[in-house]
Amino acid sequence: MTVGLAHYLAVAAILFTIGVFGIFVNRKNIIVILMSVELILLAVNINLVAFSAYLHDITGQIFAMFVLTVAAAEAAVGLAILVTFFRNRGDIAVDDVSVMKG
Amino acid sequence: MALQAIAFYLLAAVTIVSAFCVVSARNPVHSVLFLILSFFSAAGLFVLLGAEFLAMLLVVVYVGAVAVLFLFVVMMLDVDFASLRQGFARYMPLGAVVAGVLAFEMVAVSATVASKGAAAVNADPQASLGQLSNTETIGQVLYTHYAYFFQAAGLVLLVAMIGAITLTLRHKPGVRRQVIADQVARGPKTGMRMTDLKPGQGISE
Repeated sequence: MTVGLAHYLAVAAILFTIGVFGIFVNRKNIIVILMSVELILLAVNINLVAFSAYLHDITGQIFAMFVLTVAAAEAAVGLAILVTFFRNRGDIAVDDVSVMKG
Repeated sequence: MALQAIAFYLLAAVTIVSAFCVVSARNPVHSVLFLILSFFSAAGLFVLLGAEFLAMLLVVVYVGAVAVLFLFVVMMLDVDFASLRQGFARYMPLGAVVAGVLAFEMVAVSATVASKGAAAVNADPQASLGQLSNTETIGQVLYTHYAYFFQAAGLVLLVAMIGAITLTLRHKPGVRRQVIADQVARGPKTGMRMTDLKPGQGISE
């Protein structure tokens, strides 16, 4: 009944898997792909915080904070690119993204 | 202890189920709302681990900023989301196989490894040092050993902010804007013109 480190790691593993699965099945919808990436980063954060708590070492939480920062920046820039792409194309189908290459 | 276990299983179940709804919902607005629920439950898991500061950070940054940003973009873009779901059934078997293998491997490894090494010595999770609270502990480490990394994180956010603004900023054509440099550079020579007018004639540009 006692909740240990393995339980948290299992939750994080399942969350990571769901994120990967989301990228697989939503090949065309880039908004859901971005949300799946956020889920993957959340799974990484749960891993970091769980190890930090069970090893009694605060560094994991510091690192999780940096991951959070990068995830927020990534979401902002990704959505900005998405909005620009939608303005130019009138659609957000991932198949057409190759027209962006210079 | 039992209460803690119940809370863990509840929060973990809500996190995983809502995460699955994120990737399988038909309507992207529902996806975003499930994402918010998932992050909220994950923040509850962080509280269970004793990492209160990170839990609140997760609520503020993700639920307050990132998820709302997603919601704005989903509602702003007028996209036919039904057409974007094409291929969902086609990629489903492959995705399920890859996800199943991945999940099995990771759960097996974590279940084996978690009961060994230094992590097994400490039975209880503890997110702070000595008598200090979690937030104080993070502050003491973050602003001493990781001060430069903290500055670099700020720089990353600044670059992301400038990048997002430059990408989406759009000047409407046909709107006259004030050009201060031109105004300042204008002197008597360019602002005034002497013309020799003959009687009975007008003046035109």
